[in-house]
Amino acid sequence: MAAARQFLLTRHTVLPGFGLALGFTLFYLCLIVLIPLSATFLKSFAMGWPAFWDAVTTPRVLAALRLTFGASLIAALANAVFGLLVAWVLVRYRFFGKRLIDALVDLPFALPTAVAGIALTTLYAQNGLIGRWLDPWGIKVAFTPLGIVVALTFIGLPFVVRTVQPVLEDIEAELEEAAACLGANRLQIFFRIILPAIGPALLTGFALAFARAIGEYGSVVFIAGNLPMVSEIAPLLIITKLEQYDYAGAIAIAVVMLVISFLLLLSINLLQWWSGRRTRPVK
Amino acid sequence: MSIEVSSISKNFGSFTALDNISLEFPSGELVALLGPSGCGKTTLLRIIAGLEQADSGRVLFHGEDASQRHVRERQVGFVFQHYALFRHMSVFENIAFGLRVKPRKERPSEAEIQRKVHDLLNLVQLDWLHDRYPAQLSGGQRQRIALARALAVEPQVLLLDEPFGALDAKVRKDLRRWLRRLHDELHVTSIFVTHDQEEALEVADRVVLMNHGRIEQIGKPGEVYDHPASPFVYGFLGSVNLFHGRVTGDHLQVDEHMLALDQHTLSPDTQAVAYARPHEVDVVRPEPGATGIPVTIRRILAFGGTVRLELERVGSESTENAGTPIEAEIGRDRLRELGLVEGEQVLIQPRSARVFPVNANESHQVEKAAA
Amino acid sequence: MTAATILHQPVPLESSRSVATNEPALVRWLLIALALTFLTLFLFIPLVSVFYEALKKGGDVYLKALQEPDAWSAIQLTLITAAIAVPANLIFGVAAAWAIAKFEFRGKSVLITLIDLPFAVSPVISGLIYVLLFGAQGWFGPWLQAHDIKLIFAVPGIVLATIFVTFPFVARELIPLMQAQGAEEEEAAVALGASGWQTLWRVTLPNVKWGLVYGVILCNARAMGEFGAVSVVSGHIRGMTNTMPLHVEILYNEYNFAAAFAVASILALLALVTLAAKSLVEWRFGHDQKTSIQEHAA
Repeated sequence: MAAARQFLLTRHTVLPGFGLALGFTLFYLCLIVLIPLSATFLKSFAMGWPAFWDAVTTPRVLAALRLTFGASLIAALANAVFGLLVAWVLVRYRFFGKRLIDALVDLPFALPTAVAGIALTTLYAQNGLIGRWLDPWGIKVAFTPLGIVVALTFIGLPFVVRTVQPVLEDIEAELEEAAACLGANRLQIFFRIILPAIGPALLTGFALAFARAIGEYGSVVFIAGNLPMVSEIAPLLIITKLEQYDYAGAIAIAVVMLVISFLLLLSINLLQWWSGRRTRPVK
Repeated sequence: MSIEVSSISKNFGSFTALDNISLEFPSGELVALLGPSGCGKTTLLRIIAGLEQADSGRVLFHGEDASQRHVRERQVGFVFQHYALFRHMSVFENIAFGLRVKPRKERPSEAEIQRKVHDLLNLVQLDWLHDRYPAQLSGGQRQRIALARALAVEPQVLLLDEPFGALDAKVRKDLRRWLRRLHDELHVTSIFVTHDQEEALEVADRVVLMNHGRIEQIGKPGEVYDHPASPFVYGFLGSVNLFHGRVTGDHLQVDEHMLALDQHTLSPDTQAVAYARPHEVDVVRPEPGATGIPVTIRRILAFGGTVRLELERVGSESTENAGTPIEAEIGRDRLRELGLVEGEQVLIQPRSARVFPVNANESHQVEKAAA
Repeated sequence: MTAATILHQPVPLESSRSVATNEPALVRWLLIALALTFLTLFLFIPLVSVFYEALKKGGDVYLKALQEPDAWSAIQLTLITAAIAVPANLIFGVAAAWAIAKFEFRGKSVLITLIDLPFAVSPVISGLIYVLLFGAQGWFGPWLQAHDIKLIFAVPGIVLATIFVTFPFVARELIPLMQAQGAEEEEAAVALGASGWQTLWRVTLPNVKWGLVYGVILCNARAMGEFGAVSVVSGHIRGMTNTMPLHVEILYNEYNFAAAFAVASILALLALVTLAAKSLVEWRFGHDQKTSIQEHAA
């Protein structure tokens, strides 16, 4: 025990409890995270590569994956644009009810996904409060891929706003003043000075929204329509396969999604590390 | 280009930053706005630049009212205390920025931009840094790049807001000299703001002293130093000794002693305060026939070119003079000549003492100027 | 800085920017309108519609829906799940933050990444991994069946899946907070003779109390609202293995909209309370931070 502690610690300290704290943490993590996840991966290995490949490349699975990633991408892009707009307006301008709105931006974080799901479905159905305005124009939202994008946009809304807000608040006014003295107009200042400064944060928020959207289930499954090959998202397909006892199929899809999610998580961490290095304050 | 500000006032809430300021800045001059924190000098500079709007009054460039012009149309070069360099752009791109954002028809060609930027980099002697980023530069280098960036758009006027405030003392001195030489070369009308009186007196053609949003005095550095118009100016430009007393002809009655005064226009019996600089205070031994104010030598600080004596008044009962220390500055030879020792009692005679009536300034404690 | 110079600093009247660095008023209001339209469409209307749909058929239908026995047991199960998951994750969060913030050791960044893992995993997959472990076909399946222990399609499975999905929240709040505070105060306490537990209880935890509260609030909101993961492990047995979100789903799929929205409205209220508590903590925390900075500067 003491030897292990000696090996792990890289800085001498008099504080007690390292062994207990780290031990408990690792124990908890193993139990809750590592063992279940490894079970999944090991089972997928047990399947053998050919079976795995077959399970993943059936048309229905591919359609579900395409839909999941495609809709998530579009939703994340929408959130990048509108999230930036919302963050800008909240940081720079003053208007009635701003503080209330600022607090409400976190609603998609706090609201259970099932509640969001049924609310959005009822709203955008053909006779729903919003759906009835769109129907004359031939725009159907509920039970179509468009509905999926709407639900995923709702889910990802806070991510971009909350990552961009602090960076926007920290931009020194002097930078914009200097640019204005040098003759730049507001548009030039935005694109040449402000956007590069918030770029990494924007990208991080986008990636977070994207990662969240890929795995989203509760808010999508009501509004989606769930027609195989058309409006069936990957998480739903996993559940369907489970219910049909097609464990191999379910595991295969899960592993594909896990690998992509982990890669995303890695890139987000790398992005945050890299941007932290580049923008050390100029003092 | 000449600049004039006419009846400028600015309030922040209930705080008056500028109170009816009118000033002229002739073309080609380097003028310092000097004063303590909060005196309004930075606010005035920013109003001239167009970064702030005055509540009333006008800003005139070459006689034309520029008050409604947006900052980007005023063609001012502004240098900030903390440089405000664009940290995601290289040094080259920072300097080229003003040229690149010009409207299409006015924009110079890429070759032109290259030439101008390198010319400017050579002017500030930093061409070798052109592809570095601001984070990789020292403070002094950053400020020179900031200056080069401001000059790139050929401004009619250069405005500098405490440009050396964020730098070390030695770098500050070097850059001061460098700025003066640059100005002599370029002759751009320049206004710079500082709270460092040494800097202002060293660099500027003319000094404008400000306090509480008002102008205290304007003049050449030598003028304001030798002929300060008010106690504030006197105290701000250097260390000062105070003597409270009553005017009697061309002397001041300080408790039981008489102090010779410079020329003044005060009537007899006025309550007044006399001001004398440490290096204008002579020290003599208390021999019979010698006149002066008696003091005890507390400390002799004999390092540096001159010797500083920390003195304490003797026997003054008057509440205003009691407790206020006196500082004298004499040469090392004089110290040896007199053979002074700490604890000794001597007499001091200011060679030159300016007198102001007691109500000439709000507080009797004039701040010692920042070293 | 002397008091005199502080008094003489010009007080900026508005926090809005000067004319030089702001857009023209027309552009400003246009942007505000655009942002508000987006938020209305995607945020406000959905929120309001939950309550609108719940109360559409009148107050008594609303109350009856909530008093229904199945709804009631769903509420109970949700509360029990949260009551187990949140304290467990709280203890984990404190332990992990203690290890990570106060000590330097190899593999620390790997540990931190591991803690972030649930955020990268789809809720459905979060449930799946437990089915693969404890389900009939799972690794431990046969053993559990032999001992007649039911985890999947029973309450323990629900609790487990909920713990997985929510365990990062407290840790993620505490770790940066405790890292920023450093280990000096704790080292001082130890030097004065305090034991590890005393140090933790008397020195560390009071310093992070707002971060703790914040993390617990978020953890709780997520624990009560989790849908995807619980849906996989639960078996959807009405009255027994249904949490509130699952019950909402069942009611909705039966076209019993009023009842579905009635239960959903409680969850929505919970969300609003969470947001309010969050704002309160942020206000108090920012306030405490500011006063401590002022004390240090004086």
